[in-house]
Amino acid sequence: MGILEVKNVNKRFGGLQALGDVNLSVAENTCHAIIGPNGAGKSTLLNCFVGKLIPDTGSVMFDGQSVLGRTPHEINQMGISRVFQTPEIFGDLSVLENMMIPIFAKRDGAFRMHAIENMHNEKEIVEAAEQMLEEMNMADKRHMHSASMSRGDKRRLEIGMCLSQQPRLLLLDEPTAGMARADTNNTIDLLKQIKDERDITIAIIEHDMHVVFSLADRITVLAQGTPLVEDDPENIKGNPKVREAYLGEAA
Amino acid sequence: MLGLNKKDTTLLIIVAALTLLAPFILNPFPTESGLAQFNAGYPDLMQRFVIFGIFAIGFNILFGLTGYLSFGHAAFLGVGSYSAVWMFKLLSMNVIPAIILAVIISGLFAVLIGYVSLRRSGIYFSILTLAFAQMSFNLAYSVLTPITNGETGLQLTLEDPRVLGQSATADGSIPVTNLFGAEMRSTYEMAVGPWAFQFNMGYYLCAIIMLVSFYLAIRIFRSPFGMMLRAIKSNQTRMSYTGLNPRPYTLAAFVISGMYAGLAGGLMASMDPLAGAERMQWTASGEVVLMTILGGAGTLIGPVLGAGFIKYFENIFSKINDNILHGWFAFMPDGLEDFVVTILHPFIGKGWHLTLGILFMLVVIFLPGGLVEGGQRIARLFRGKKSDDKSDEATQSTPAE
Repeated sequence: MGILEVKNVNKRFGGLQALGDVNLSVAENTCHAIIGPNGAGKSTLLNCFVGKLIPDTGSVMFDGQSVLGRTPHEINQMGISRVFQTPEIFGDLSVLENMMIPIFAKRDGAFRMHAIENMHNEKEIVEAAEQMLEEMNMADKRHMHSASMSRGDKRRLEIGMCLSQQPRLLLLDEPTAGMARADTNNTIDLLKQIKDERDITIAIIEHDMHVVFSLADRITVLAQGTPLVEDDPENIKGNPKVREAYLGEAA
Repeated sequence: MLGLNKKDTTLLIIVAALTLLAPFILNPFPTESGLAQFNAGYPDLMQRFVIFGIFAIGFNILFGLTGYLSFGHAAFLGVGSYSAVWMFKLLSMNVIPAIILAVIISGLFAVLIGYVSLRRSGIYFSILTLAFAQMSFNLAYSVLTPITNGETGLQLTLEDPRVLGQSATADGSIPVTNLFGAEMRSTYEMAVGPWAFQFNMGYYLCAIIMLVSFYLAIRIFRSPFGMMLRAIKSNQTRMSYTGLNPRPYTLAAFVISGMYAGLAGGLMASMDPLAGAERMQWTASGEVVLMTILGGAGTLIGPVLGAGFIKYFENIFSKINDNILHGWFAFMPDGLEDFVVTILHPFIGKGWHLTLGILFMLVVIFLPGGLVEGGQRIARLFRGKKSDDKSDEATQSTPAE
């Protein structure tokens, strides 16, 4: 029984069957990659995990509880964090403030009226944020305006913000999209380190095969909304069905 | 001090000094001099400065922090005024219960309007708040006449019960608003040489309440809650995927700013116990938006500056007429004098809106951060010269390495 269980999920947009009978099981403390050509339904599937979309039929269970019908913030509070294709950070705020907000959310829940409380009394939060920045190698940037950082640093910050909440499942939506080679390699190293050092399950959507084969323990190939194969990385590489789906070659 | 950092404490002390010494600062010209008309140190206007300051400080908590632009905040001002006047009619002429009721009722009203309006963001939110405010205005004018006294406006009468006070004074007139006996209208005049300074009880009550509101606003700005509100303005998607629910945060900010508006409305009624529907009109809502943007949205002191600026223009600039202009330009030859006065005519007196509009446009175009940004630029200009000197020294010393 995996930490994330997807059963018979269907999603239709008008005449387009975006997802058809998707079954997927992500085992705890592994890195599970979902790959597939453009329009295969990868992002649609991910959006079903976080409450942005609700499937027409089927179920999505996280740790034995259904996530369907819950709002994104409720799902996050269950222990799922998401990294977006374009880094979503609080651009108007400083890097340190960016890091403090998820820690507040973890401690205080979805809403707390701390309007007159003093930030000086929140030492534990500030310390936790500083420590996380240290781990992300961003301590020197703590007072920077986060919107003015490079794409790679924004990604690093976003991943750090997700990790600071100690999620059980981390969802990555094309974490290296639009990045320079050096930034991509840095991100891969960071993710590898996270995978090795933490008890965390990672589900990743990715186009870049270099990234996928560096990280994944298990790979699901999605084509036209249905899972084609699910296997270990070595077996995926040589699978003729996968080559066909990607390259249109006759097997 | 008081849980503020050094910079904020300095700001609070400066604002406190400015407001408490306002009767001196706003009266720089001797009473008999030709410039006396630019004096703003009379009780009526000073009260308006601080009351609209409170209104704008509250508005800034919503608009400056969360970015939700409400076009209906005058509704809360009006609700506050009506509540306060009802308190004067039914309970007593003491201003404290009136102000408390004004804040509570406008807060409840804000919960209602905010709950519905905050389902949308951006322009739709603005339109919803505008619609609610106009609805309140029209209701106050017509259907709700038993509560609001319609077009005439709500006024005190000799028949009011005032259960804890008296319906009429011994000499048969309507009692005046007071704070445990100290009359709001009582003014002490101090003559120093050719100057006359006026110290008004009502003004000082408003000023102290404004300072408390300002202090609270600083605390809110610097609190974790304030940070969450800025996060909402910055990125709502990240906010909800971080496990935070933006809705109660925005509603709390909306209600707080509504209560600030209600407080301002209650104070207005305490200074002059009548309330009319026009206080809720959309022009009044627009005015507080102008004040906040002109001063600098999202800054602490900006809204107060903006409120002072606009109220000064409204009351002082509008009083300049052609005769005064002729007086100023009397040194010119007749033809030229008439010409200059004709050119300036549309900008003064009733045309003060034109001057204000031009100034507003200039500020928005050249100083997007409002008057505060202007101040910062000037400060940087002075500081920049000093730091340039330092960097010169630095560059001179570096080649030695």
